[in-house]
Amino acid sequence: MNRYPLWKYLIIAVAVAIGLLYSAPNIFGEVPAVQVSPLKAAIKVDPALMGRVEQALAGAGIEAKGALLDPTGIKVRFADPDTQIKAKDAIQKALGEDYVVALNLLPNAPRWMIAINALPMYLGLDLRGGVHFLLQVDMDGALTKAADRYASDIRQELREKDVRYGGINRDGQSVQVRFRDEATRDKAQAVIERSSPDLILKQQGAGGELLLVATLKPEAQKRIQEFALQQNITTLRNRVNELGVAEPIVQQSGADRVVVQLPGVQDTAKAKDILGRTATLEVRMLDEEHSDMASIQAAVGGQVPFGDDLMYERSGVPLLLKKQVVLTGDSISDAQPGFDGTTGEPAVHINLDGKGARIFQQVTRENVGKRMAMVLIEKGKGEVITAPVIRGEIGGGRVQISGRMTTQEAKDVALLLRAGALAAPMEIVEERTVGPSLGAENIEKGWKSTLIGFGAISFFMIVYYALFGLISVLALATNLILLVALLSMLQATLTLPGIAAVALTLGMAIDANVLINERIREELRNGNTPQNSIFEGYKRAWGTILDSNITTLIAGVALFMFGSGPVRGFAVVHCLGILTSMFSAVVVSRGLVNLLYGSRRKLDKLPIGNTDWHKKAVPA
Amino acid sequence: MEFFRIRKDIPFMRHALVFNVISLITFLLAVFFLATRGLHFGVEFTGGTVMEVSYSHPADLDKVRSVLEANKLSDATVQNFGSSETALIRLPAKQDVTGAKLSEHVLELLKAQDASAELRRVDFVGSQVGKELVENGAIALLLVAVGIVLYLWLRFEWKFGLAAVIANLHDVVIILGFFAFFQWEFSLPVLAAVLAVLGYSVNESVVVFDRIRENFRKMRKASVPEVINNAITSTMSRTIITHFCTQLMVTSILIFGGETLHYFALALTIGILFGIYSSVLVASPLVMWFGVTREDLVKPEKKREEAVV
Repeated sequence: MNRYPLWKYLIIAVAVAIGLLYSAPNIFGEVPAVQVSPLKAAIKVDPALMGRVEQALAGAGIEAKGALLDPTGIKVRFADPDTQIKAKDAIQKALGEDYVVALNLLPNAPRWMIAINALPMYLGLDLRGGVHFLLQVDMDGALTKAADRYASDIRQELREKDVRYGGINRDGQSVQVRFRDEATRDKAQAVIERSSPDLILKQQGAGGELLLVATLKPEAQKRIQEFALQQNITTLRNRVNELGVAEPIVQQSGADRVVVQLPGVQDTAKAKDILGRTATLEVRMLDEEHSDMASIQAAVGGQVPFGDDLMYERSGVPLLLKKQVVLTGDSISDAQPGFDGTTGEPAVHINLDGKGARIFQQVTRENVGKRMAMVLIEKGKGEVITAPVIRGEIGGGRVQISGRMTTQEAKDVALLLRAGALAAPMEIVEERTVGPSLGAENIEKGWKSTLIGFGAISFFMIVYYALFGLISVLALATNLILLVALLSMLQATLTLPGIAAVALTLGMAIDANVLINERIREELRNGNTPQNSIFEGYKRAWGTILDSNITTLIAGVALFMFGSGPVRGFAVVHCLGILTSMFSAVVVSRGLVNLLYGSRRKLDKLPIGNTDWHKKAVPA
Repeated sequence: MEFFRIRKDIPFMRHALVFNVISLITFLLAVFFLATRGLHFGVEFTGGTVMEVSYSHPADLDKVRSVLEANKLSDATVQNFGSSETALIRLPAKQDVTGAKLSEHVLELLKAQDASAELRRVDFVGSQVGKELVENGAIALLLVAVGIVLYLWLRFEWKFGLAAVIANLHDVVIILGFFAFFQWEFSLPVLAAVLAVLGYSVNESVVVFDRIRENFRKMRKASVPEVINNAITSTMSRTIITHFCTQLMVTSILIFGGETLHYFALALTIGILFGIYSSVLVASPLVMWFGVTREDLVKPEKKREEAVV
């Protein structure tokens, strides 16, 4: 009765083997590495780049422990952190600023393990050190900006259609237009309704103070807010890329928040600075007098004409621009990718505010046939996004850039133009910074307490339940291995509370084995045969184990749903641990018992501690 | 080895009233302290900034305080954390300065005063985020309580579900009472511990309830108190051994787990100690007083799954 069919033993063996395999990478630890990835998607990662990296290292006399080329970049391992930092500087110097060169830790497991995705557990920021920010996007700010934009649109539209209005101003998130008579107001309403379908118009006021109040439709509000969030995330990503962080995380959290996690970053002041920085956009004219090849070649060589700046297009083409700035990004109220109305080719539509529109109209009138450049300035360095030829006077503040662009490029340019400023102001509402020494200390303390606790439980169980205690300990060890393997496979984020959950789960999982062992003892005391006692003990304990684990699981799931950050890490480990403990405590320990005793015909006694005491006479 | 060599059932139910009165007094005391002293919420819940700064020598807390006061940060509290070399600085949330800037400013001040100052950790939480965490914590607690009642109702009967939840929520209140009395910091990991205790203590009640159900089937002629006495006595050994093992682990976290996990382990310790008491000696009498009968659990036409210790 205490025999498992072969397939059950096989399942146990396979589970334990997989558990050992996938928990093994954690033993090897991690090695310091330098990760090289291109800053822009246009730059390819190829063996030539690898050659440059190797050359840079050889030139600096730095010995690498091996380099790996994958589609996202190059990873080079080093023996110790000192070499790693030296190597980073050497590579950065050799490659220039088109690449992100970041410090990173790579698993030290054998290559075949990494190939089958057997990786160490993914450590949270509290264990590896780094910065975590939660940024709140000011959605009201986004709507206010939109209202500003509509106010200038309405002004433009009414002027073009020659509708006389008394004045336009923004009040909160609505736009108020004043009129002197009803007829003009009705006419204006018709004009605005046609030009701005996103607005709800209401007529208010009486007598000499007639008002038309425009507010955004709810669906337009929602769209603007979603757009603002997406745009802020994109901008943040671009900025984070410059920080040289190996595995940055920038993602949406809830309706109006963004999480930014920068593992390994210690200089939080710099990180905050870069995240909060605003890039600026400038419109400048090309220096037509020096647009010939010779002048440009000379400028690249260092002889820049007086009053000019040498700048590069994204493709690397050098251009000479006049120092004088025509317009700044502050005048751009929106930029959207789209298509040219007549030719149908991809284009970028830019909206300028009133002042910007006037300047732009004047400049384009005076410079037909010449080229103008849109320059994005970040970190004090300019880059020409696009340098189109002015085909005619452009009025109305609506600018279209087209020609030699793919749809993707149009999208990118629109994004870059918008990225100059964030769509809506953001504020840091949560920050967690953990220094690297504290992270390492947390790991050490966490695992130390887990192993000491495990040792104490093992000692007690073996003393108290003899051989059955040892079996329980083996089951508990299996639980630990399976749990670590599962966490490694899922690459779930392990936090310090997560390690505490591993410890606590082990402390609680032993309950199942205590239940089983106590039950077997009880059956033995009641005079059952050893074989029967084992059978009944496991059978009867199972229901209780199930019930009690499900109640614990309910608590774990609730924690997962409502917890945040480190507590969520606790919940994940807790829930997984309950699942693995049911398998190891019941199936694995039973398997061991069956293997030992299942085939024994004659079994008089079980090594489960003394169960005979009740037979002795009660002292009077 | 066997610690519990009990030959006769211990008449727990005879003293049911005493156990419950003790429980009630502890509970009321906990509520009293919660009401008068309140919980000392961590920065996650209140909003504000916590900085852990380490020095190469024992930190001079008075000097740190004076430099903060000189810079109009007199509402900061400064204390040692873990070791004498480490100072923990708490700054309450302010409307005008964002915490992210505040921590940078403070670190600059400290570095100017003592170059060996090194930032180990910053936690800044805006007050809005803090409020949400309090709300979410309360919802989680409620959800766990409701989930457990429903499950036990399904598996046993409503009387059991209700009794288990009353007994174990009272553990939660007692843990909170301790935190209020000693003004220990109530942080997110402590909340996690409280919820884990809630799930864990219910285990305890479930084990006893399972045995009560089995006994109703086996001990046909026994009265309800006799059935419960036998159930508690025969599961007592397992109860104590299990809790002892869990406590071994928790003690290990308490001693070796470092300052961050200290209150987490402390909450678990209190929870485990009171969990034994309440889930066995409070939950079972409650079931009795709710008027449990044999017919509630043993339904002749429907064969139920057996589950026992």
